[in-house]
Amino acid sequence: MTAEPTTPEHPAKPARRFALLSNRAGAVFLTPAGLLVALFVIIPFFWVIFVSFTNRTLLGRTALNPEFVGLANYFALFDPSNFFQRGQFGFSLILTTQFVLASALIGQALLGLLLAWLIQTVPPWIKRLTETFVIAAWILPEVVIGFAWFAFLDRDQGTLNAILGSVGLPKGDFLLQQPFWVIVVFNTWRGAAFSMMLFNSAFSSIPPSYFQAADVAGASSWQKFKDIALPLIRGHVVTDLILITMWTFNTFTPFLLTNGGPSYRTELLSIYNYRVAFRDFEFGKGAAVGVIIMLINLAFALIYLAIGRKKRV
Amino acid sequence: MKLTFPAFAGRIAFSALAALIGAIFALPLIWFIFAPFNARAELGVAIPDPWTLSNFMTVFQNNFAMQALWNSLIQSIGGVVLVGAAATLAAYALSRSSIPGKGAVTYILLLFSSVVSGSAAMVPIFLIVSAMGLIDSHLAVILTFAGGLLPTAMFILRDFIDSIPKSYEESAMVGGASPVQAFFDVALPVIRPGIVVVVVWAFVNIWGSFLIPFILLRSDKLMPASVAIYSFYSEAGTPTVTLLAAYSLIYSLPVIILYLFVSWKFGFRFFGGIKA
Repeated sequence: MTAEPTTPEHPAKPARRFALLSNRAGAVFLTPAGLLVALFVIIPFFWVIFVSFTNRTLLGRTALNPEFVGLANYFALFDPSNFFQRGQFGFSLILTTQFVLASALIGQALLGLLLAWLIQTVPPWIKRLTETFVIAAWILPEVVIGFAWFAFLDRDQGTLNAILGSVGLPKGDFLLQQPFWVIVVFNTWRGAAFSMMLFNSAFSSIPPSYFQAADVAGASSWQKFKDIALPLIRGHVVTDLILITMWTFNTFTPFLLTNGGPSYRTELLSIYNYRVAFRDFEFGKGAAVGVIIMLINLAFALIYLAIGRKKRV
Repeated sequence: MKLTFPAFAGRIAFSALAALIGAIFALPLIWFIFAPFNARAELGVAIPDPWTLSNFMTVFQNNFAMQALWNSLIQSIGGVVLVGAAATLAAYALSRSSIPGKGAVTYILLLFSSVVSGSAAMVPIFLIVSAMGLIDSHLAVILTFAGGLLPTAMFILRDFIDSIPKSYEESAMVGGASPVQAFFDVALPVIRPGIVVVVVWAFVNIWGSFLIPFILLRSDKLMPASVAIYSFYSEAGTPTVTLLAAYSLIYSLPVIILYLFVSWKFGFRFFGGIKA
């Protein structure tokens, strides 16, 4: 991590004769936003670190008079004797890593890329229809989506089992049997729209003459994709991967589908954090989880901003 | 344009594949399209016979469900007004004043807003709201959302305002307008499309969000629709599917309408995501 604060360089602007807004008026204009952001973004960041060194609870004696316990919460999280056990921090951390790899990096990014490439050439009505459903999966409120999937996966009446049954495949109670793969497919389905739209706008920004030239030379679609499109959108790919990784890493939505269960098998870090803090009432330990999540977020955000700055220059 | 045979076959394969993926995406939503209009809807997909609006009547007669929609409206509009107003003022100041360290402010804001996510900050946010004595109030939800959404809102708007030439306000001020007049009478009308985008984005975010009200609210009469729907299907042993289906559709309508509005008015191409 870099120690010194870095500021984005401004491209040289012509010297201004006067600022439109005096510094005092500017400060007044900044005050409401400044207060709100300080209270709900900046202070939580530091407070969560502070709370993570205490044994604060939601109820009981230590709710009002929490004691300083040093790194005890962190030692508890990284206790080697139960680190990999279900319902423990280590299990959630590994589960979340697998979830991000499978549903964001492989699922959303690849599916989004494929969709964006496909809709470049298909007839407009297929493009519009496909886009509509992909975007609907992304735009509708998470609780509604949660319930729709609940119905979709229902063991006895769900659409999925009806389809499997009609082609002669065995029915399953997927929420119980394959909960991890359910939330992977769910998150891929839910989030592919973002990657699709990002790559779609990237592809549309490539001059058509590049592809026409390739057509004349008799290039196949795969060759055009691999040799022309992909190298030109490399920057977008990096942006996409970082953003969807951060979002998937922090998502709480699978909770609506599985509640973190059965028996902790879908307890992602965000859900683990919620359970420890608000079901077990251990705020100190929950805060320690929060700190770790934020440190991981920080690493991704710094990479993202570093790349963004390089692009702007 | 003349197509060779392999190119033609390729295009058909592409179309078939795109249609197939579209159909797979549609599958979990098909139920949601039919069930609200089916008086005997269950979790399975069935075409309503006959089509009916009776499920919607059930929703309208359910006080808890209607109260929850009303609560969603209060919290979303409260949050949106706060985000819109505070972000506009702040973004304007960041763009047009010469306050030292503006660039650093923008950078730090962006960094913090991506680091402090709802799921990582739930403990300190709960403690702050609790210290303010606001647990279980609309204000708690409104302020928390406003604080969380502001950095991104300011960033979008600052970009937007930076792209507008300063000469508008400069000529107004040469003509004798005060800076505040220049802001309200000259700049604000020009910035309006940017504000609309931010307001729509904030509304969609707050309206659909589950975790923050779930943590900060206790009493039934303050629950927004997101938490109400969840309690309908997670706590009731057998969910009242007909009610839930119709309610889900009503609850989704504002989001769908705003999406259509944005895509009609601005061309919904790419905003860095209308959702965070």
